[in-house]
Amino acid sequence: MTLPTPGDGPGMAALLPGMQAPTTPLLALDRFSVAFPGANGPVPVVCGIELSLAPGEALGIVGESGCGKSVTWLAALRLLGRGVVTSGEVRLGGEDITRLPERTLARVRGGWIGLIFQDPTSSLNPVQRIGTQLIEVLRLHRGLRGDAARREALRLLDRVGIADAPRRLRQYPHEFSGGMNQRVMIALALAGEPEVLIADEPTTALDATIQAQILDLIRDIRRDSGMGLVLISHDIGVVADLCDRVAVMYAGRVVETAATQDLLGRPRHPYTRGLLAAMPTLGGPRQRLTPIAGTVPAPDRMPPGCAFAPRCSLAIDACRTQTPALVLAAQDQRAACLRLSETAIAPAAAATAPVGAFA
Amino acid sequence: MNPLLRVDDLARHYPVATATGQKRMLHAVDGVSFSLAAGKTLGLVGESGCGKSTTARLVLGVLPATCGRITFAGAEVSATRDRHWRALRRRMQLVHQDPLAALDRRLPVGEQIVEPLVIHGLEAGAEARRQKALQLFEAVGLRPDLFERYPHELSGGQRQRVVLARALILGPELLVCDEPISALDVSVAAQVINLLQDLQGRLGMAYLFISHDLKVVRQIADEVAVMYLGRIVEQGPPEALFHAPAHPYTEALVSAVPTLQRGTRERIILRGDPPNPVDRPAGCAFHPRCPRAVARCREEEPVLRPASDGRLAACHLVPLATDAQAAAA
Repeated sequence: MTLPTPGDGPGMAALLPGMQAPTTPLLALDRFSVAFPGANGPVPVVCGIELSLAPGEALGIVGESGCGKSVTWLAALRLLGRGVVTSGEVRLGGEDITRLPERTLARVRGGWIGLIFQDPTSSLNPVQRIGTQLIEVLRLHRGLRGDAARREALRLLDRVGIADAPRRLRQYPHEFSGGMNQRVMIALALAGEPEVLIADEPTTALDATIQAQILDLIRDIRRDSGMGLVLISHDIGVVADLCDRVAVMYAGRVVETAATQDLLGRPRHPYTRGLLAAMPTLGGPRQRLTPIAGTVPAPDRMPPGCAFAPRCSLAIDACRTQTPALVLAAQDQRAACLRLSETAIAPAAAATAPVGAFA
Repeated sequence: MNPLLRVDDLARHYPVATATGQKRMLHAVDGVSFSLAAGKTLGLVGESGCGKSTTARLVLGVLPATCGRITFAGAEVSATRDRHWRALRRRMQLVHQDPLAALDRRLPVGEQIVEPLVIHGLEAGAEARRQKALQLFEAVGLRPDLFERYPHELSGGQRQRVVLARALILGPELLVCDEPISALDVSVAAQVINLLQDLQGRLGMAYLFISHDLKVVRQIADEVAVMYLGRIVEQGPPEALFHAPAHPYTEALVSAVPTLQRGTRERIILRGDPPNPVDRPAGCAFHPRCPRAVARCREEEPVLRPASDGRLAACHLVPLATDAQAAAA
């Protein structure tokens, strides 16, 4: 094992000559776009994403299916295979990783950026013992072998709350429940001691009480390690639970980004407001829901101008021709909307519903 | 007044073989009783494997019960597929989670809405059937030009509307909805929830509404039953259950719902996974995960009985209703 790894010593700076140790921001997407091959040429699915993550920060990405929230991060790590065209930069500690050779990028994945997905059971190798899979990652990213690797594997299982670790190491994924497998996935992601964890719908396939356990575990690990987090979810509640800052995506673009409390308390983009008003709640009086009319447009049938205009009650003619840029809407709050003056005061009804009126 | 649907001590057991080859009984549904009045909605909530979908299939008579009794509009529901069964099935319909799986990909959606009329020999003449189908098409908020389309040409929300139209064309009195909006996005889910409420208001059918999502259930249900390992552990009006849960399991479920008000309350984290229904713990089945379990919970099984405010709870720690209260309730 000759390549240095983030866990011990020089890390990325030595891996990529001329690269500085991570400073602010840790991870940044700069005009990042993704296009999929289509019958009539490439179809853009993600357009001009500008996002950054400070060291130790937790950023939530929300949006409905097909908005590009997962594709953005998978494409940024070049996990979507050939034929997918990307442009723009993905900077890790200031260095663009989009031009890295595959072998070097493979070290970045896992070593600098850990990944966990929605369906843990199909992310694990079904014919290998949990221990074998953990030890392989520890060998690849940390150069650990033999007893040292086994000791670390035991420590990791213990860290993610799996009891009876020595026996568990010898078991296969099918002998674990969904929640337990997600814990194993988190242990695998932590094995390379990454600076950032990208969690793509990590609790969507899990039951409510198990979801609470996993969210709690992620929060706990972040408190201990100071690891950054990108949490992708369709559930604003899950994101609000863990993240400092939220970016809302619609039709391949970031339409609003703000500190979590600001985004929930005074959303500025009509889509964000629509999402909040469409969600049923457990607290407060029971009111009829306010859905957003229509559906998300398909990537190959994207309307001109603002993609949300056909569903937006505030849309004017200009919205149908001009694509709005993400501009400052308030302090630390940006929104991509031409009608921001209209959303300056009255916040969405859902966000102002009295809390605990029934408590 | 007689309820539309009455379920008494319903159970469904499956023989299974354990890893060591032993024969055991899996109690998927184990002594469930409830009733549902015409035009009302009963929400069934619980985590995977708690028996909520099995209950739905038993109620519809598509799965024979091991024991217990189901009465629908005064007639007993059995799973014997005779003339009586067919007549009853016309009056109770199912909507389930995945509309694409529920539809035939090779048939235009309009034809699929007409099909139940053909099967049950209703509405003489193709044109009359088509008109009836178009009426329902409109009632569920679909544009008539989509009538000749195939399922793959529609969005998820539109497909679920097609499934609804097909279920409604026979004029059922009971609609069993098994996670009907779980596969839909937030903005579309809200459209379908509102539609379900409007249709109930107009057509007056009852819903047995099964979901893992407490927020959706509270939005739509008049009464909620929480299931754990094949049994109802708490039942009552949604506001009571979700704002002041009595059973520790309901309390944990409510606490596990991620809310937008971060940090306003302490979250209860249950240890471990729900136990395997084959190895149902002795005493209260929830006691190994219950943060409040006492010695009695390990030995004595709590029965579902009225609590002081009239709701039902199966927990030794919930104060019992006095006899006078119980008689009034």
